Amino acid sequence: MAMTEQEILAGLGEIIDEVAGVPAEDVTPEKTFVDDLDIDSLSMVEIAVAAQDKFGVEIPDDQLKDLKTVQDVIDYVRRAEVSA
Amino acid sequence: MRLTEGHAGARVLAFGGYQPARVVTNDELAQTVETDDAWIRSRVGIASRRIAGPDETVADMAVQAGGKALAGSGLSPADVDLVIVATCTPEVQIPNVSATVARRLGIVAPGAYDLNAACAGFCYALASAADAVRAGTARNVLVIGAEKLSQWVDWTDRSTCIIFADGAGAAIVGPAEPDEAPGIGPVYWGSDGDLADKICIKDRNSFIFQEGQAVFRWATSALAPIALKACEKAGVDPTELAAFVPHQANLRIIEAIARKIGAPQAIVANDIVNAGNTSSASIPLALSRMIERGEVQSGSKALLIGFGAGMCYAAQVITVP
Repeated sequence: MAMTEQEILAGLGEIIDEVAGVPAEDVTPEKTFVDDLDIDSLSMVEIAVAAQDKFGVEIPDDQLKDLKTVQDVIDYVRRAEVSA
Repeated sequence: MRLTEGHAGARVLAFGGYQPARVVTNDELAQTVETDDAWIRSRVGIASRRIAGPDETVADMAVQAGGKALAGSGLSPADVDLVIVATCTPEVQIPNVSATVARRLGIVAPGAYDLNAACAGFCYALASAADAVRAGTARNVLVIGAEKLSQWVDWTDRSTCIIFADGAGAAIVGPAEPDEAPGIGPVYWGSDGDLADKICIKDRNSFIFQEGQAVFRWATSALAPIALKACEKAGVDPTELAAFVPHQANLRIIEAIARKIGAPQAIVANDIVNAGNTSSASIPLALSRMIERGEVQSGSKALLIGFGAGMCYAAQVITVP
């Protein structure tokens, strides 16, 4: 069954907390990774790897670079779930 | 036909390490390529690295590290009958480095071969040495990882020149005592040739090339399960580990794997900070320094994992000598 936006956001919060040490409550949909959360491209790769484990959705490097905000990742995961 | 009589187990008797004298700081690199200290530290975790002198060879460094390991083991050169040098940066293809190193250390007529599994080379060589001792084809083995990566680096390429460095590390491997538990666990090794183009030196006129992000993704996803397989094969729970010594590729990779393996007691090697990425030398170099500093105790368990071009990987649990 597809996850809700809230469930994906909560999962992403846990991942970002673990990978980058950003508290989960700071991870809100409108935040940008680079400017708001201070997450660099290597941490983005780690987030993608963890997202694959958690959500079962692969985010390849060429797609990853276009995901600028937390909402972008939520949308990507939801779209991938629908098409899966 | 008769077969050799072997030993139930092998162990590491001693480690030794060697770094060339010249220190190259991030600030020095920033004078020639567009980068800076903060960026290098945050992306790869390196503060400084050591670079060999222009005339200093892979064999020179291997002799230094090998001599220290030999001295630490208490054995004499005559006790060693196999020398394995893991390297991917020898100056020449023949003769091999190992026969030269053996001669210079006074080891007479040993079996001698070089092994290329890139940055995984030391763990491959350690496994091969342990197997030779167990099978009885060698009594004591000198295992060395030695690299002069500086001669394959394009010093105007900021994606690689900040990472790679020179050095050597060595171990003496011999039989475990009959009443003693084995000191080198089963290796878990493999490779993924589909990704072979992600780290390569294309031909003899080319420099080292690395697709950093692809390698980072592979390393942070594939390696923790491999490390855990080595623990499982050895029957050692990760919580029993006193040290985790991965190849010193990038501090971010090291930290990512360490987070995933669940070894709360293990001190995690971070020798890369002042050694850079020395490929097959990095694991024995890091561990020899941890032992020298008293950070790991004799008899405790350490998990080693080498990984790199190929993409070759090998992991094993060892008992610290």
